[in-house]
Amino acid sequence: MRNDNKIEKVILLGSGALKIGEAGEFDYSGSQALKALKEEGIYTVLINPNIATIQTSENIADKVYFLPVTPEYVEKVIEKERPQGILLAFGGQTALNCGVTLFRNGVLEKYGVQVLGTPVQAIIDTEDREKFVEKLDEIDVKTIKSEAVTSVAEAKRVARELGYPVIIRAAYTLGGLGSGFCDNDDELETLANKAFSYSPQILVEKSLKGWKEVEYEVVRDRYDNCITVCNMENFDPLGIHTGESIVVAPSQTLSNAEYHKLRELAIKIIRHVGVVGECNVQYALDPNSEDYRVIEVNARLSRSSALASKATGYPLAFIAAKLGLGYGLHELKNNVTKSTTACFEPALDYIVCKIPRWDLGKFKGVSRELGSSMKSVGEVMAIGRNFEEAIQKGLRMIGQGMHGFVANKEFEVEDIDAALTHPTDKRIFVIAHALKNGYTVERIHELTKIDRWFLEKLRNIIRIENELERHNNITHVPDELLREAKRRGFSDFQLARTVAKSSPATIEDDMLTVRRYRKMRGITPFVKQIDTLAAEYPAMTNYLYVTYDGSAHDIDFAHDNRSVIVLGSGAYRIGSSVEFDWCSVSALNTIRSQGLRSVMINYNPETVSTDYDTCDRLYFDELTLERVLDITDLEIPRGVIVSTGGQIPNNLAMRLQSQHVPILGTSATDIDHAEDRHKFSAMLDEIGVDQPRWRELTTMDDIYRFVDEVGFPVLIRPSYVLSGAAMNVVSNREELQHFLTLATNVSKQYPVVVTEFIEHAKEVEIDAVAKNGEVLIYAISEHVEFAGVHSGDATMVFPPQKMYVETMRRIKKIAREVARMLNISGPFNMQLMAKDNEIKVIECNLRASRSFPFVSKVLKVNFIDIATKVMLGVEPDVPHKSAFELDYVGIKAPQFSFSRLQKADPVLGVEMASTGEVGCIGETFHEAILKSMMSVGYAIPEKNVLLSTGDSRSKMDMLSAAKALQSRGYNIFATRGTADFLAKNGVQATVLHWPDQPDQPNTLTYIKEKKIDLVVNIPKDLSKTELSNDYTIRRSAIDFNIPLITNARLASAFITAFCKLDKKDIKIKSWNEY
Amino acid sequence: MSDKKTARLVLEDGTQFAGHSFGAETSLSGEVVFNTAMTGYPESLTDPSYRGQILVITYPLIGNYGVPAFAEENGMLRFFESDRIHVRGLVVSDYSFEHSHWNAVESLGRWLEDNGVPALYGVDTRQITKIIRERGVMLGKILVEGTPEPAGFEDPNRENLVAQVSTRTVETYGNGKHRIVLVDCGCKYNIVRCLCRRDATVIRVPWDYDFTQIDYDGVMLSNGPGDPQQCKTTVAHIEKAIALGKPIFGICLGNQLLSMAAGARTFKLKYGHRSHNQPALMVGTDRAVITSQNHGYAVDTTTLGADWEPYFVNLNDGTSEGIRHKSKPFFSVQFHPEASGGPVDTEFLFDDFIQNIENAKRQ
Repeated sequence: MRNDNKIEKVILLGSGALKIGEAGEFDYSGSQALKALKEEGIYTVLINPNIATIQTSENIADKVYFLPVTPEYVEKVIEKERPQGILLAFGGQTALNCGVTLFRNGVLEKYGVQVLGTPVQAIIDTEDREKFVEKLDEIDVKTIKSEAVTSVAEAKRVARELGYPVIIRAAYTLGGLGSGFCDNDDELETLANKAFSYSPQILVEKSLKGWKEVEYEVVRDRYDNCITVCNMENFDPLGIHTGESIVVAPSQTLSNAEYHKLRELAIKIIRHVGVVGECNVQYALDPNSEDYRVIEVNARLSRSSALASKATGYPLAFIAAKLGLGYGLHELKNNVTKSTTACFEPALDYIVCKIPRWDLGKFKGVSRELGSSMKSVGEVMAIGRNFEEAIQKGLRMIGQGMHGFVANKEFEVEDIDAALTHPTDKRIFVIAHALKNGYTVERIHELTKIDRWFLEKLRNIIRIENELERHNNITHVPDELLREAKRRGFSDFQLARTVAKSSPATIEDDMLTVRRYRKMRGITPFVKQIDTLAAEYPAMTNYLYVTYDGSAHDIDFAHDNRSVIVLGSGAYRIGSSVEFDWCSVSALNTIRSQGLRSVMINYNPETVSTDYDTCDRLYFDELTLERVLDITDLEIPRGVIVSTGGQIPNNLAMRLQSQHVPILGTSATDIDHAEDRHKFSAMLDEIGVDQPRWRELTTMDDIYRFVDEVGFPVLIRPSYVLSGAAMNVVSNREELQHFLTLATNVSKQYPVVVTEFIEHAKEVEIDAVAKNGEVLIYAISEHVEFAGVHSGDATMVFPPQKMYVETMRRIKKIAREVARMLNISGPFNMQLMAKDNEIKVIECNLRASRSFPFVSKVLKVNFIDIATKVMLGVEPDVPHKSAFELDYVGIKAPQFSFSRLQKADPVLGVEMASTGEVGCIGETFHEAILKSMMSVGYAIPEKNVLLSTGDSRSKMDMLSAAKALQSRGYNIFATRGTADFLAKNGVQATVLHWPDQPDQPNTLTYIKEKKIDLVVNIPKDLSKTELSNDYTIRRSAIDFNIPLITNARLASAFITAFCKLDKKDIKIKSWNEY
Repeated sequence: MSDKKTARLVLEDGTQFAGHSFGAETSLSGEVVFNTAMTGYPESLTDPSYRGQILVITYPLIGNYGVPAFAEENGMLRFFESDRIHVRGLVVSDYSFEHSHWNAVESLGRWLEDNGVPALYGVDTRQITKIIRERGVMLGKILVEGTPEPAGFEDPNRENLVAQVSTRTVETYGNGKHRIVLVDCGCKYNIVRCLCRRDATVIRVPWDYDFTQIDYDGVMLSNGPGDPQQCKTTVAHIEKAIALGKPIFGICLGNQLLSMAAGARTFKLKYGHRSHNQPALMVGTDRAVITSQNHGYAVDTTTLGADWEPYFVNLNDGTSEGIRHKSKPFFSVQFHPEASGGPVDTEFLFDDFIQNIENAKRQ
């Protein structure tokens, strides 16, 4: 081993909660790095409050701290652990920024901690844009001409010099935060003001809109050996953030000269900067010459590097960690072939296509236009042997009801030209629409600047669709056309819709007819391996994809009844992210430990579950019925696990069962009984369990009648939803009418469900595992917020601290009865509400829930391991451990990404809005809540707090917190009503006027001038006009980067906690010390 | 989907792959080899080292950026590696009928057609590659529907391919201070360009030309096709050059010929190295380079003469990637420092060669 520096203990910084611009990719990189260190016998300490990650599981790091990744806490851990080394490159911008601070303030030096891998100076040189440009000037590498400014006036001057359009960027920010394009002085002024709130320095540069955007992933070792592992080309030209772009790997439109020119530059740059490990170089390339500019260099693992690892099979993070320890590339092996060296550049014999996943529909008021800052919440990667196949697969994987490039639900585009010029999350479908409406490739190219090559390929899909449409019966389609359509990524569903012209009622049957027919004609797909060397050497791993563009399988199918397939969770999106990956990976581990063949199907490049090391066989492919059946046809598995990957596999259960695929655990029929409101409700009635009154209705009149009966507010939603898509609470007739036009539009197949909405009720969850209807283990948690805040956005406490023993007992009893009635074998979760000693069931999912990793890790019992053993028919070893015995508290807190979602109202409701979460452990409720809130970006305020506390009930809820603030000497500012209320109750507050009032002192001025350290704004009710002032306060707080709380119960809990505890009372204890 | 004729690739062992034709409609046979590079088909197709071979490109999407302009520069086509297509036939998975590039003048299919080169798309190139990997390179035929089938499998390695591709006359390029003899065994233009960029006058001579008669500062032994044993005449000249003692630099076939002159034996690899990602280590150092390669034969360095030593070694399979003389300015590499296509990491070897020349002049 090359560990020359006698490194025995290393700290790795994680990236904290998942947020837009910093998501699951860092769980993957961190896990890989930890694995690489462990292999060297190094003791590893991980700091990451993201409790749902795989890296914070047992047996990955030796020690885990669920603490904020901030200089303050990291220093305390360093002080306690005394490591010799620290890794900064594996936890995104969060870890990097934290590391730079620790370097600058001398902490690393003080404790003798060596930064492994890329030196901090190299990081600083690439992060500070001015230094970066200087650095590249030294080696005559072209960068985008720009100037650093520190004032708006200066920015304007530079913009005029360069000529509009210009782009402005803030230094040191996550994925382009505070960046944007400006076409004129006014736009510049608005954007510059905002950017200055993130960073004291902004850059104004000439825009190169329309140039190609190309990235290289480069690796360098301490011997100065360099390789480029992968290059990638953006489908969308420069102007759209790479995180918002469809991206292909390898590049498709670059000649050898261009490819290698940029490759050579990338190596020149990495050498000059002095990176040891991995870095990413982004280029703009002139579409009409070989002219180029370097856009940026990220001297750390990134989303692109995770994508590159998955796209090529080259484990970048793993190798980067080894290089950090002093290995040379030539001293390491290629993990795929096990025989060749890691010092090589992967040769691909397929194309991958990455497509971002947006969830903009979940936010009120958000702008849907794409630009230079990132809004997508996740991504998918599709693999094919031609572009058409890859992109059609990818568009299905995105999971927003699309079936590929064509054969989708008709959608209206008012102005095609405008929709092409101003890209939104729907642009790819606008292109389909334009092509169908006679737009030429040339015209679309002019409007979008997307390379003609991509557009020609898309046109090819339309051409095949046109040919298919000429037939009305699948049996009339010539084999050659059918084969060609499958090769170009058409699904059976698309074929049914295009050929049989199926209606929604018949599509499922028609799709299966297509399947039977094509199988009869011998048109079935092949399984190919990703082997890093394009078949030049045999691969020892089973990293697989499925394609119709081939004629032989790469692997053999033993049909030995040992394969157990776990269906993964797909793209990270609001409501489903790393927690389901943890569940899936846990299931795979248990399957392996039982001597069975663990088989994973998933397509999310940001995950650990799609690491080919995690399972025996990885099918990096679609989670559609068609593809899962293709795979089960080949594998003939012992069974399929549908309960650890969230809602996507859960929704497949019935359909798979009807195709005779063996489902492990709870039967599909019982899953359906829980999913189907009528069946579930009838069952609850039968066992005498209460639930909020609800009705499934199809006409407005029926709805009005029902509302008259139960009164406003009511909750409205379609059936089969996850995280409240299209779900809303309405408080009056007008809102009801307005909302229903939206809700019915998105769910024709399902009638509308109206439920009475109980205010001020406590929300409780139970996560449990049962076997043959008997509950084996359970965990009951409570929410800090009242019911009405989506459970994914709620702050969750486990074990519950403020719950009657009676309530607990009754919940447990209900869970036991439900488990028995549904004969549950596996994981399940129930959400309930408790008010005035009454308990009502809100919903029940016969699958693992978002909180499984949290409760498993707090209780230190892996619920999924037990559940998987149950599903495999193995006797699980269930520890007799009760939450009552825990002498600590776990709190899970949501992470929001409102700052990235321009104009979105940062308010919580029944629609989930958070993009991630953390889970922290404390000896008391107060300690746990402080740790968790600080982990999601809150800070204990210095001195000034603004309160605007909504209706009288909220005002009452907040009173004791306000008193606590006063007694701790905080300056309280309040809006008029709140100030009056506080005064009456003996709390002094300075009145700040509403944003729409001209008077000073004004809330808006105070926020803009950053005179406030914490904003508490509680929405009064849901009526539109009332909200505009509150909206302005909330939105400004977000835009000017001031911590904001919008829930009275949470605000009260947080304020009470920091008033009662001092920072020094916060214990630096690792997970295993609790 | 197309109105294109069906076509098949038939391997010597009887395996068949059916697809469609997109080049010249003609049937022929050759040696089937695969290349795993993801870019550079215009460069590969015009590389004389592919003489007699049917090239299978493992990267499935081919033709995307069309064919570059046929502009000339210093008496050479600027964007190609020789003045014609040398590959006998081309096999790809997904041919891109529509191309897009600022420098493209026509499609790949059109260019192949104009040059009488047949091509096949719509076949599982990965499967073909696996067969070759497992059973070794073999002969094969491209059969285009409705064209006469060649009688047997013709083995190009039995011919003197070097004689077919080498220049017939002595040609001079550039006007630099270093007079370099380029022994053309099937030379790629980029070797000439790399030398001219370094202040050289390149005197390109036929493969069997006794260049030792010329007044030169250094000898460049070029790449080329086929079995090095066909070039005994060249080896004899190299032996004379070794005796003269002026700097020698060999590339690919040139490496094999210099090795033969140094007493070593060569052998045929099971399926060769044809790619842009071959790692080579400079022996005795921690310096590793990524190289572009195209060869089917290799040098057995254990048979080298006592004055010689291994220079580079392949990090994947341990085969020789180059040799050098222990005391004299003679070295050669199995890979392509001139790249085109492929990575340019080892272009420094041309600098080393020039340095050797300058040192020799000083003495």
